[in-house]
Amino acid sequence: MGKIRFLIALWAAKLSVIALRITKHNGTNFPGQLAVKLCPDFLRYIGKPEKIIAVTGTNGKTTVSNMLSDAFESEGKQLVNNRMGSNINWGIATSLILNAGITGKCRKKMGLFEVDERSAKTVFPYMTPQYMIITNLSRDSIMRNGHPEYISRILTDYIPRNTKLILNADDLICSSTAPENDRVYFGIEKMDGDLTECINLINDFQICPHCHSRLQYEYLRYSHIGRAYCPECGFRAPEYDYAARNVDLDRMTVEIESRGHSAEYRLLNDSVYNIYNVVSAVALFLEMGYSQEQAQRFLEKMHIIGTRFDKVEAGDSNVYKMLAKDKNAFAGSRVFDYIAGMPGNKEIVIMNSCQWDEVHWSENVCWLYDCDFEFLNKEDILNIVVCGPRVKDLKLRLLLAGVPEDRISCAPAELEAPDKLRLEKGTDVYVLYGTDSIGLGNKVADKVVRKIMEKGGARS
Amino acid sequence: MKIEILFPEICNLYGELENVSYLRKSCDGAEIIETSVNSVPYFVNEEPDLIYMGTMTEKMQLLVIEKLRPYIGRIRELIDRGVHFLITGNALEVFGRYIEDADGSRTECLGMIDIMTKRDMNTRFNSLYLGNFEGMKIVGFKSQFTHSYWCGEADPAGLFDTERGPGLNPQITEEGIRIKNFMATYIIGPLLVLNPPLAEYLLRSCGVSEPEAAFTEAAMDAYETRVKEFSDPKRGFYY
Repeated sequence: MGKIRFLIALWAAKLSVIALRITKHNGTNFPGQLAVKLCPDFLRYIGKPEKIIAVTGTNGKTTVSNMLSDAFESEGKQLVNNRMGSNINWGIATSLILNAGITGKCRKKMGLFEVDERSAKTVFPYMTPQYMIITNLSRDSIMRNGHPEYISRILTDYIPRNTKLILNADDLICSSTAPENDRVYFGIEKMDGDLTECINLINDFQICPHCHSRLQYEYLRYSHIGRAYCPECGFRAPEYDYAARNVDLDRMTVEIESRGHSAEYRLLNDSVYNIYNVVSAVALFLEMGYSQEQAQRFLEKMHIIGTRFDKVEAGDSNVYKMLAKDKNAFAGSRVFDYIAGMPGNKEIVIMNSCQWDEVHWSENVCWLYDCDFEFLNKEDILNIVVCGPRVKDLKLRLLLAGVPEDRISCAPAELEAPDKLRLEKGTDVYVLYGTDSIGLGNKVADKVVRKIMEKGGARS
Repeated sequence: MKIEILFPEICNLYGELENVSYLRKSCDGAEIIETSVNSVPYFVNEEPDLIYMGTMTEKMQLLVIEKLRPYIGRIRELIDRGVHFLITGNALEVFGRYIEDADGSRTECLGMIDIMTKRDMNTRFNSLYLGNFEGMKIVGFKSQFTHSYWCGEADPAGLFDTERGPGLNPQITEEGIRIKNFMATYIIGPLLVLNPPLAEYLLRSCGVSEPEAAFTEAAMDAYETRVKEFSDPKRGFYY
């Protein structure tokens, strides 16, 4: 009965794929959603590739998945992946349906899936990745994800025991997940600019898991990401199997050592979190048996997709478009920290309120007080335009972060935000949007570019 | 004014430490005492004006219960003496009798208040909240795996009177717990920032004369907008 039900679900889903193509609605989860609705354990029966790689974690999983996908496809590998769909069970089911024959047999040998952390319970009972990267585990949506310890527990409960994990040793929540699984650790050795005390509002691993004393750090990047040890009982973070060092942001390179052999790899972006993304990808390639030379070639062909980070030159000025996930304080802090560290005068448009929430209820704004708006209290940040449905909450948050009121502008409608910019000579503009306002963010950024060009370019 | 924060290194989810920061920004003379889990709390030998504890993970609840258990008598004494407590999110469960998980297993808590808590880690209850307290509107957010229930002979002693959203559990309109100046609520996050009149009430109650919430104009603007939003019957209330 189960198999018959599965075939009915598969054929219905395949028909829906045809219907969606005719009506030009590609890239939706509907086929997988329909299949799972008709056959709740659809993922059990649908054919899977022989080799499966999964990527999960709070931040960076989409970037890392896309990097890996680009790499494998560059060497001609035919992949099943959910790049065009969602990272929950429906999206993964859709990608498998698209690559299955009429009996459900998978046509491709390799699968690469980005998996939402909470969806582990609906995905991993039915598939066993050979390798799985967990990029990091940190605070995310309060409503969906609660707190990172809860997410770590879900992953521990549902990741198949014979999946080999590739874990971030500089994140004790990540590195302590699924302790019974075979694993390797990656990390980045001490870098210029590292701290030893946390300056972030979020710090989710402050005490020793054994004696509850305050942990200390040999070096700390942000929040709980760094190399921790307990001065009282000797507890230490795990040693690196893949150790990154000698980060050179002028040449955009990093050296990664494994099993006594080192090689230099290209960096795709100068932010610390994207350096971690590169190290995690290299660790996977080497675990899979690729040579360092092949991994280096992969990195040469990779890029970070424009919806997450993009720079547009307007005259002599730059307009940066950056995804700063709404309701994700950890990700927001990373973006604020990055902008604060950029040279020159800046203006910022903050429009990462959740649009969906405004339609359906009201955004839970607690995350604003986990997010380091304090980084924006800098003299070279000349003006911050807050906009969207939570404009008043954002203004109050900036005031409490110490930002002077004369550097805060309000534009309830996002498209009016560019009109509040000063666009003085020598000023770059950063447009920050949320996951459900990427299109709106592009429109706002386009308008900023037009205004700069109308003024003859921001710089003389 | 002396404010003791209990275990800020672990009881700090959802931006809740801003509650104390906001009081400090609203009261020039406020002194903040941070007590870590391996330290003897300040309240054991001294009497702060306000004791604050915020939301923590389920694992950390066990540790907090263990750390506070030796001081049950002293906490009772302080409550009787009218010392102010502000307890937010799941920190309130620590003071109850026990927490019962969906599989029937139990965690014994401090047993100071006649409530029991039911926890289901597979279900997250998310809602907005609108209620009343001492003539003022209270707005906030709830996001939790639990609900608590009055048990034994206890009559509900709620903190807020609910207009919309769940009370201590969805079946009652009394939200939170109030015993003298012990105030506990399931509302998470920066409660006092979202409700500047409540911040001023608390400061006044702790002896600060003519308190004024920090950035009053901007805070009241955001507060009044939210009260209006949450009072709109068309506004969805559950996530």
